[in-house]
Amino acid sequence: MQLNSNVPPGPLAEKWQKHRFEMKLVNPANKRKYKILVVGTGLAGASAAASLAELGYQVETFCFQDSPRRAHSIAAQGGINAAKNYQNDGDSVFRLFYDTIKGGDFRAREANVYRLAEVSVNIIDQCVAQGVPFSREYGGQLENRSFGGAQVSRTFYCRGQTGQQLLLGAYSALCRQISLGNVKSHPRTEMLDLVVVGGRARGIVVRDLVTGQVSSYVGDAVLLATGGYSPVYFLSTNAKGCNVTATYRAFKRGACFANPCYTQIHPTCIPVTGDYQSKLTLMSESLRNDGRIWVPKTPGDKRSPDQIPESERDYYLERRYPSFGNLAPRDIASRAAKMVCDEGRGVGPGGRGVYLDFSDAIRRRGEKYIRDKYGNLFDMYAHITHEDPYKTPMRIYPALHYTMGGLWVDYNLMSNIPGLFVLGEANFSDHGANRLGASALMQGLADGYFVVPYTLGNFLAGCAPGGVSETAPEFKQAEQEVSDRLKKLLAIKGNRSATWFHRELGKVMWDDCGMARSEKSLKKALARIPELREQFWREAGVPGNGQGLSPALEEAGRVADFLEFAELLCIDALHRNESCGGHFREEYQTPDGEAQRNDAEFSYVAAWQYQGQDKPPALHKEPLVWETVHPSIRSYK
Amino acid sequence: MKFTLHVWRQSGPNARGEMKQYEATGVNPDMSFLEMLDVVNQELIARGEEPIAFDHDCREGICGSCGIVINGVPHGPRRRLANGKIEAKTTCQTYMRDFTDGQHLWLEPWRAGAFPVIKDLVVDRSAFDRIMQAGGYISANTGGAPDGNAILIPKRDQEKAMDAAQCIGCGACVAACKNASAMLFVAAKVSHLGILPQGQPERAQRVVRMVEQMDKEGFGNCTNYMECEAACPKEISRQFIARMNRDYLWAQTQDLETTSSGGAG
Amino acid sequence: MNLLVKPVRSSLGKKYAMAVTGLLLIGFVLGHMAGNLLIYLGPDAINSYAHALKSNPGLLWTARIGLLLVFVIHVLLGVTLALENRAARPQRYEYDATLRASWASRNMMLTGLVILAFVIYHLAHFTLGVVTTTEDNKNYLDLVEVKQGLKTYVPEPSLNLSQLDPNQVDARHDVYRMVVSGFQIWWVSVSYWLAMAFLGLHLWHGGSSFLQTLGLNSFRYASVVRLIGPLLAILVVIGNSSIPLAVMLGLIK
Repeated sequence: MQLNSNVPPGPLAEKWQKHRFEMKLVNPANKRKYKILVVGTGLAGASAAASLAELGYQVETFCFQDSPRRAHSIAAQGGINAAKNYQNDGDSVFRLFYDTIKGGDFRAREANVYRLAEVSVNIIDQCVAQGVPFSREYGGQLENRSFGGAQVSRTFYCRGQTGQQLLLGAYSALCRQISLGNVKSHPRTEMLDLVVVGGRARGIVVRDLVTGQVSSYVGDAVLLATGGYSPVYFLSTNAKGCNVTATYRAFKRGACFANPCYTQIHPTCIPVTGDYQSKLTLMSESLRNDGRIWVPKTPGDKRSPDQIPESERDYYLERRYPSFGNLAPRDIASRAAKMVCDEGRGVGPGGRGVYLDFSDAIRRRGEKYIRDKYGNLFDMYAHITHEDPYKTPMRIYPALHYTMGGLWVDYNLMSNIPGLFVLGEANFSDHGANRLGASALMQGLADGYFVVPYTLGNFLAGCAPGGVSETAPEFKQAEQEVSDRLKKLLAIKGNRSATWFHRELGKVMWDDCGMARSEKSLKKALARIPELREQFWREAGVPGNGQGLSPALEEAGRVADFLEFAELLCIDALHRNESCGGHFREEYQTPDGEAQRNDAEFSYVAAWQYQGQDKPPALHKEPLVWETVHPSIRSYK
Repeated sequence: MKFTLHVWRQSGPNARGEMKQYEATGVNPDMSFLEMLDVVNQELIARGEEPIAFDHDCREGICGSCGIVINGVPHGPRRRLANGKIEAKTTCQTYMRDFTDGQHLWLEPWRAGAFPVIKDLVVDRSAFDRIMQAGGYISANTGGAPDGNAILIPKRDQEKAMDAAQCIGCGACVAACKNASAMLFVAAKVSHLGILPQGQPERAQRVVRMVEQMDKEGFGNCTNYMECEAACPKEISRQFIARMNRDYLWAQTQDLETTSSGGAG
Repeated sequence: MNLLVKPVRSSLGKKYAMAVTGLLLIGFVLGHMAGNLLIYLGPDAINSYAHALKSNPGLLWTARIGLLLVFVIHVLLGVTLALENRAARPQRYEYDATLRASWASRNMMLTGLVILAFVIYHLAHFTLGVVTTTEDNKNYLDLVEVKQGLKTYVPEPSLNLSQLDPNQVDARHDVYRMVVSGFQIWWVSVSYWLAMAFLGLHLWHGGSSFLQTLGLNSFRYASVVRLIGPLLAILVVIGNSSIPLAVMLGLIK
């Protein structure tokens, strides 16, 4: 199979403009004849659903949460990038594009990233119009802050709750369309399979989480906006419900999964405290604007931070990356933290932590300034750790946060299955091997508000509406398979919870396919995962009969998918014999410990296609074409 | 640490529920409340019993999914902070170190007619979504927005709107209110949009429609207990309720209906 | 009609009505207390005040009917709201706790009903004179004016006002002695003190609450608004309770 990125020809800056003109349109009167199924109601899903409904399509949304507003986009703290250049500090669409491409370690598609930077400015306008209370200057203009991987201030934010406010904006637009009857919302409904009829995505099979009923929905197109797969590592900053099921089910129906090994480890999370822990909490990257990261110079220094004199502290990011300092990109900051902890200089219980110290900033600008800017983050930290970050430095350590990999999509955000569009974190398209801070919100909203409304029309214009119903054999078969699988889970009757397996899987993934990977560790993981999977299907316990609300059954289904997906992730990590962005292979590093890319052999998107149970997936390569940018050594020194 | 839990168990929306007793042993003080329940649930699963159902997702106090009434207080008893304020937090931000070893803990779902129980500690909060659908938005189609700086917003207005917009829609206000009133939630939503210049064109209809829907859902009336304010994990102020009361009165002086005679031509 | 009915029937509309009637009742309570306090200026002050009120039946009855109306609305709406509020939570909590809501705010129904009972008792006592007070002058706490050029009022306890020919003498009610002799009985005083305690609790919450309901609270004036109810309550309780106390202590005879 040849993967065609469908990137339009022409100069980079004109591609999207030109493509928008050349795309076919659907007559306004005909739009309401098309039904669009949108799975996931985070930034990408909610914005797409609302925008498509505004255009006149019939939309149905699905989310497993009890309300569309609770999708995990809500937890994004720091901000959203846009090339507004309001600060007059030299920002431009091209600079945002370049920063993002470089931040992604030259493993993203140029044209997609350029388009992302281009529409970023519209996103801010749209959100302001919806009533998103972005932070303002005293004069009433929008305020910006700087974020990792950029030397300009282009990040718009709402205190430490930017994701929440943006999602509430998209959700309110969605609410308006629901009240107008253009959108039908199905909360507490989980997609468990994709239905492909005649080679085209035509519907989904869902389980109503309240009644336990399995049923199907038919549409003219299916949009997956189901987020990432960080919880394959069990401990991550993602919500407990985040899962790979929707995208993995699509993968098993033929959609290619691209670059699953590109996982992002966020440098500023609260360290793990015990093995009962269910999740990790992120402290926004924006904290690195005013906080300084350091560890003691001598390994095993057990003194309390205030007892360690300035001369015995190692501000290792400032030392190693003088021009970006504490604002070095996430992958680099994370690895640097791992490195100092591996040297025995980590702080806190277990020695897996570094200090994020605000005492300088507090001395310089006063506690009130810090409280105004980060108050809620400091409160959050104090809640969790029972320490006062205004008095003692925060302790932080990297944790799984975001996954750049996802279902393969072309320039139009359509997967290799016609009619299946993938948006936001669920696709692979814009961040390459590493995502810069404040770019996830930008991408989710760009896809939903400003890309898919155009490209979906172009697709639909080429196909007549309807023509398939839930009674089609493909639907019946998919429903049967879903029901059988649920029954199989209920029939195991073991006595280990799905959580136990999930935790075990997480340990394997973190140890062997985490911040640093090697051929040896990956092979070890690839041997262990099938064992664990086999044990799961023998010993997992799922009480109940599958009727009604059953959190244990939901979890077991998701863990079962993670147990298969983890293998795909490791296969991809093993095949990519280079280090780039979030994918750091110990064998491929420079003498001073920086990632070493291999552009000659690996400048491509690795898209994996399912070949059947117990068969290795097939690899398809989409070469990355560099028309404008020339991949260079990514330096933040 | 160990605890005796008294948990509301109800197998389905129409089933009869009752308080059942469980022992939680080997609890680490740094565990979050939900992690403690995870451990209890793992033991239940090992015994082949149905685990205790509770809503949760982000586990960092922002998604608004979790909500358990612990010892009579939504999201659990609060400490008084050094500055005299009552601590603000969600259930997932409750830690076992806040309780005393051997304590009995009563776990109940949000109790309100408008929030029917689905199972155990899980309730149906879709009433909030319907209130939002009644008017909790600014009608701004994608694409037509002017530049973000075209309309200046005084910092104090933006901050105030943000104070209201922080609401996570968890429903603790309803659970805490002796009348199961949803005024704090609705007021936060009405105020968020009503303070901003972008929210002005629909301000009157918005407050009237949202209050109407709130009444329709069967929430109680506000009698200014301010228990909601104390229970709110995001410290939404009572002042927003006063603001909504003011807005609603003002809205009665406005023309709410629009007439349209078509525009064919 | 819908224009008016819809907002009034909404939860907020009912609350506005509670607040407005509450405010009017607060006004009455304050006015009434001011009148009562005239007792400290001696018998003539309070009796002539009472007389002035009574000598204008048109105004008096308008005020009485208006007051009754306001009172009835306040009570009926209060009960309606309380019933609706109970219905909004069909299943109560097994373990009930309170973070902030004051006892006063949570028991407005109780304090309100006690006040209702007291108002009936109070009317029976002082307005209708049904309640028996002292041994010697059972229902009659009267005073006769003796016309001698100068108007002076002399207490004449043995005479019953109703036995006098109104054409011959200009008589007025001896409120002063009625009050004094009433409060000389310890249980009467205690009952009034109790009633004032309940009224105080009602005002403690209601005195601030009506401002919040009418939207007259704001971030800027929050601390003032919060104080108004308690201040009002303390004022009314001290003012009214001082009278039985003064009588019991023999400061007023």
